[in-house]
Amino acid sequence: MSDTSGQGIPEPEGPANLIDTEYEVGQDNISMSVGPFGLDIHNPVFAISGLTIVAFVFVTLAFQDSLGPAFNDLRDWLTGTFDWFFLTAANIFVLLCLFLIVSPYGKVRIGGKDATPDYSYSGWFAMLFAAGMGIGLMFYGVSEPISHFSSSVADNAGTAESWAPLAGAPGNNAEARDLGMAATIFHWGLHPWAIYAIVALALALFAYNKGLPLTMRSVFYPIFGERVWGWTGHIIDILAVFATLFGLATSLGFGAEQANAGLNHIFGIPVSDVSKVVLIVAITGVALMSVVAGLDAGVKRLSEINMVLAALLLVFVLLVGPTVAIFTGFFHNLYEYARYLPELSNPFGRTDDNFRQGWTAFYWAWWISWSPFVGMFIARVSRGRSVREFLVCVLIIPSLVSVFWMTVFGGTAIDQLVNDGYQAVVDAPLELKLFAMLEALPLQQITSFIAIVLVIVFFVTSSDSGSLVIDTITAGGKVDAPVPQRVFWASFEGLVAIALLLGGGLGALQAMAVSTGFPFTIVLLLACFAILKGLHSEPR
Amino acid sequence: MYKRIMVPVDLSHAENLKHSLDTAADISKIYQAPVTYVGVTASTPGPLGHNPAEYEKKLAGFAAGQAEAHGIETQAVTIVSHDPAVDLDDALIRAVHDTQSDLVVMATHIPNVVDHVWPSNGGKLATHTDASVFLVRG
Repeated sequence: MSDTSGQGIPEPEGPANLIDTEYEVGQDNISMSVGPFGLDIHNPVFAISGLTIVAFVFVTLAFQDSLGPAFNDLRDWLTGTFDWFFLTAANIFVLLCLFLIVSPYGKVRIGGKDATPDYSYSGWFAMLFAAGMGIGLMFYGVSEPISHFSSSVADNAGTAESWAPLAGAPGNNAEARDLGMAATIFHWGLHPWAIYAIVALALALFAYNKGLPLTMRSVFYPIFGERVWGWTGHIIDILAVFATLFGLATSLGFGAEQANAGLNHIFGIPVSDVSKVVLIVAITGVALMSVVAGLDAGVKRLSEINMVLAALLLVFVLLVGPTVAIFTGFFHNLYEYARYLPELSNPFGRTDDNFRQGWTAFYWAWWISWSPFVGMFIARVSRGRSVREFLVCVLIIPSLVSVFWMTVFGGTAIDQLVNDGYQAVVDAPLELKLFAMLEALPLQQITSFIAIVLVIVFFVTSSDSGSLVIDTITAGGKVDAPVPQRVFWASFEGLVAIALLLGGGLGALQAMAVSTGFPFTIVLLLACFAILKGLHSEPR
Repeated sequence: MYKRIMVPVDLSHAENLKHSLDTAADISKIYQAPVTYVGVTASTPGPLGHNPAEYEKKLAGFAAGQAEAHGIETQAVTIVSHDPAVDLDDALIRAVHDTQSDLVVMATHIPNVVDHVWPSNGGKLATHTDASVFLVRG
């Protein structure tokens, strides 16, 4: 006699429309033991990814005088020559997401018709925000609005030398402020979240509804068919690992430099290689504990702590800053964002080359190079949501949060500059602008300390979720590979960051990582087609 | 003496489970205790199924096969975990309580240095449940 009892398992009858393939998840994997450790790794993605990354680090360190400028030139050439391509592609992603929200495809449920969400709204939202954007908001929340405002109000705004968005607003504080906030929100609003949403939706759809492995290659099954299990797919996955690890490692290295500068500013801790290495080791150590604790006990919990801390800081600045101006500014900035959006997102016939290529195209390439990591992580935690619910929560709500965050931090900083003549927010180096803004508010020792903790924990939440993603890709889409593998990737990321920090290749390899945004833009455009094709065959 | 026996199974390595399965079946026959086979899976596609429902079917088939091969009463319980590589112990501890098992029979490896860092699954079950735990080297 035998019976079964499941726990929260969707009904097997017609929950989705599986793709009929003979490929079995993990069939190309090698299970082996290295000493006391068991491994279950994809052949050849794991080995080639690891060895290529090591080779790149060595080559970059050995030839950094020639390779550094070459990688920077490559990034500048791509964002300069193909700015129209990046802008057009990002517009397509936004329009597709908005279309899917209002179309009948919005009813399709990720995981099948009867699937129920794996996570509550709060846990889900905390994780997708902490993985994707938190750290950037900490650093650019003050500096970018100030930068766009300053370039827009300057006398040379609108000239070829200016970095102002569009034609700027020379000498007009109010207009420059509106344009500066709109341009900042443009870079942190719908477009970046649409980039993440496209990757996440494609991966979630092809894993949970079509039954393919949770790796980048699966998205391309409708285009390449069974070839995605061969070298075509290997290259896609290796590129995803490459972009993710270098993106994380270089951000970790730069983040250590910035955190060190903040600690020096507040507590007088010396800026030195030792301090930075200690910070990287500490961040990697906490990330290791988080990945070993797992998705629920580690990553989710840290993300929630982070969101609470971020909310506390936000509410504090809101209350002690220009409260009424911030609240009215939120709606005003939303309006200005909508007003300038057509011009800012227009890929053709513009004269603001520095802004369009150096800011917007660079940002789009950056977001896109991060999209395999963030998208895959969002996909993993999004089972059970309808496409409409998914896109509203991954596109619209985070964009509104970004608008609010930028209004609170950037708006307060511009207010300090314009109304109080507080020059420190302009004069401070990039990594200290947030602290300069906080210094002009009460309890700055406490808020600055919270800000430093937030910066560090946001790095941890990027590092741990990134390590999980790389582990899954290099295990052929298996999420239950032995724990030492995720420990390996988290440690590897920290070691690469230390090597680049001490050897001096951080900028070069970050440029290289951003450059991977170009091929991934093509990948994402193909993913748009795959999403439409995949959704069309789903029961609604 | 025993009312229900729980046997955690990793279906992807079922070939390594023979000793523990035979041991559980023998004890089941001695004490007329039904055996519950517990499998932990993720909601993502894996080698054993595109989704948890497919996994559940395979586990049910496995349990039925054991019932037929040994002439014992069996049951299958599938647990869906967000992160099975890490949550396995907690999932099994919950399963012991949910199935009200008073004996756990499970396969185990030869101890090595890693066990000092990550406690063994059997050790954790023994320290966190009231059930007796029978570790079978295989």
